[in-house]
Amino acid sequence: MALRFVSKSLARGHRRFAPTAKSMSTVVGYGDFPGGQKVPYVNKLTVVDPKEKDVIPAYRVLDQQGKIVEGGSLPEGLNEELVVDLYKNMVRLNQMDNVFYDAQRQGRISFYMTAFGEEGTLFGSAAGIKPRDMVFAQYREAGVLMWRGFTLDQFADQLFSNEDDLGKGRQMPVHYGSRELNYQTVSSPLATQLPQAAGAAYGFKLAKEDRISICYFGEGAASEGDFHAALNFAATRDCPVLFFARNNGYAISTPVKDQFRGDGIASRGAGYGIPVIRVDGNDIFAVYEVTKKARELIMTEGRPVLIETMSYRQGHHSTSDDSTRYREVSEIKFWKDTNCPLTRLKLFMLEKGWWSEERDVSLKDTERTNVLQSLAKAEAKGIPHISTMFNDVYKEKPRHIQEQEQEMLEHLAKYPDHYSSTGH
Amino acid sequence: MFAKTTKLQRLATAGRARRAFSAAPLVTERMNMFTALNDAMRVAMETDPTAAIFGEDVAFGGVFRCTVDLKEKFGEDRVFNSPLCEQGIAGFAIGYASVGRTAIAEIQFADYIFPAFDQIVNEAAKFRYRSGNQWDCGKLTFRAPYGAVGHGAHYHSQSPEAYFAHTPGLKVVIPRNPAQAKGLLLASIRDPNPVVFFEPKALYRASVGEVPVGDFEVPLGQADIVRAGTDVTLVGWGAQMRVLEETADMAEEAGVSCEVIDLQTILPWDVDTIEQSVRKTGRLIVSHEAPKTGGFAAEIASTIQERCFLSLEAPIQRICGYDTPFPLAHEKFYLPDALKNFEAIKKVVNY
Ligand SMILES: Cc1ncc(C[n+]2csc(CCOP(=O)(O)OP(=O)(O)O)c2C)c(N)n1
Repeated sequence: MALRFVSKSLARGHRRFAPTAKSMSTVVGYGDFPGGQKVPYVNKLTVVDPKEKDVIPAYRVLDQQGKIVEGGSLPEGLNEELVVDLYKNMVRLNQMDNVFYDAQRQGRISFYMTAFGEEGTLFGSAAGIKPRDMVFAQYREAGVLMWRGFTLDQFADQLFSNEDDLGKGRQMPVHYGSRELNYQTVSSPLATQLPQAAGAAYGFKLAKEDRISICYFGEGAASEGDFHAALNFAATRDCPVLFFARNNGYAISTPVKDQFRGDGIASRGAGYGIPVIRVDGNDIFAVYEVTKKARELIMTEGRPVLIETMSYRQGHHSTSDDSTRYREVSEIKFWKDTNCPLTRLKLFMLEKGWWSEERDVSLKDTERTNVLQSLAKAEAKGIPHISTMFNDVYKEKPRHIQEQEQEMLEHLAKYPDHYSSTGH
Repeated sequence: MFAKTTKLQRLATAGRARRAFSAAPLVTERMNMFTALNDAMRVAMETDPTAAIFGEDVAFGGVFRCTVDLKEKFGEDRVFNSPLCEQGIAGFAIGYASVGRTAIAEIQFADYIFPAFDQIVNEAAKFRYRSGNQWDCGKLTFRAPYGAVGHGAHYHSQSPEAYFAHTPGLKVVIPRNPAQAKGLLLASIRDPNPVVFFEPKALYRASVGEVPVGDFEVPLGQADIVRAGTDVTLVGWGAQMRVLEETADMAEEAGVSCEVIDLQTILPWDVDTIEQSVRKTGRLIVSHEAPKTGGFAAEIASTIQERCFLSLEAPIQRICGYDTPFPLAHEKFYLPDALKNFEAIKKVVNY
């Protein structure tokens, strides 16, 4: 319902600078070029300037005071149980981020990235898709994996690259992956997962599976060539893929004014023939609803959809970054205080009587304790056996790699005290 | 030269033939290289319903005719044109393979594989390792025409195999004739690792030979001794094998016996076969079209020097392209032709 309203108002779009020459131009025929659809000829020179287009609106259900907006309603599919569950997960992710951020500061893990401010985006979308849908993530999407059941122990094992890490201790912290949970392993090169998500989705389509790919990426990553490749491939092959842009205002220190000049990421969809939805990323209800709607569109229309969530990166880019060097502390405070996805949901739940301040305090305590326990367990485990370093380069182990492994083991036998297997 | 059937039987049995060839003479058909490759893809598509072929202009048969009739046979969903974007082709192929399906992706010229370099090197090659073997894109093959063609200049002549040979996780394969092309391509498509398969485009039409019909593979990772000899070992791959055979003929007339070896798989390469040969001959010449500095001949030379130091009678020679971009008007002068290789033979024999 509400969504339909958004697209209608878009279509009617009131122009801020209606150019007079344009309004007087008349269609004087049509050209049937192979390079376009039927193209109308006009008798006035027309410059199409995106600056004259309306800004694509963001869909919202819950306002900053935690009240349902005028004309809105709690999205279908959400009830007290699910909403409380979503909130609990947001708190859990928050506590995990707090604890591991500090653990990195203390030198106990080598690196960490928080998702502060983007919890609504992550859990809203995670709840809006199906467990079999294949997730292709960038790195700031631990919440999606958490919603699917990745445990605090599993997160901690990866962060400590210990012997129980599913990735066998080979990648930097926060590069999570789980085959069991249909979450493809994260890699550092930005945007590479976008065309991959389209390819996987094409596979699901040929296999006639009720399954989509959902591909997360930041607005910075969207400047990579692979973004262009992915949207164009997905559109031309009609792939069941949901491109999910997290526009949080910054790519490390780079503000969006240095990243692009168009209307964000959403405006690009049209150029590829891809339907788009922009949403208030700090409103978990809206994110949930648009994700569900997008999935439905993808399956019924057999084509990709692009969602852009508008939010704010409250934390530093990573533990290697001090964001106050390129943005005002007051700006960060403003977003935290006035537009935090957790606060908004909590106010809503309090008002509904689904939550209380006491439960809130005790939940935070419990989750913090849980995370600390997982951290302690993970920290106590050793790193994977040294020879596993040579496995999985190929499915089989070629002879030259076997020889190199042997060489290393002989070297270690000669200098047993020289190489410590602790620390990072 | 071996008799026709003997040679092909050797090839087929070495290739873990999917068919029992028994004592019956091998059924072969005369094909050129592009029809042999087409035949390999037809077999791959027939035996694996998840297999799909895509790339620029493959639907109408490909600019080199390698995919002719495949769309008609297997449908538009499985044989289709991609948008003109190599990084997209590579990324799309990786994703398709990551969900357990077979991707046969074409890059129109090896010279244009570089936009896909990141996807191939950072993604495809590391996919299994970085996920702790939770995910892989092993059912993926990139095909690309490579090498000199007479008039290809900078961007229709390159031999980029050494760039990829420096990447753990990839296999790099190059065939020398139609039968090898078919068997090696089928093995590459079915190998559980991502493979970069370079096709010598100069030979698409020029190389004609008997090719086993039906389903057969030539194993990866094994070099092929094309001609046995005792005095000098000549190693090459792809189109350069024709040059090396010509060189060996010239040497024979001069009374020098050459052992000619086709490496076939550049990564991981068959050290054993080369090592055994050099222990016997004591002399090694490695020849490729690609520029000398950082070319794959350097890897072979240094490894063989490590392993065969006491058997070597002369310094290992690398007869390669010069360290310039591939030129147009001067192609003839640029290429490591038979005469340049023959000079190297004289040098190592007289050392
Ligand atoms: C190809 C590539 N270039 C540069 C980097 C370094 N890098 C890591 S994260 C990042 C910024 C990404 O910003 P954005 O996509 O907006 O995501 P956010 O961090 O805001 O969630 C950069 C430049 C990289 N990982 N990969």
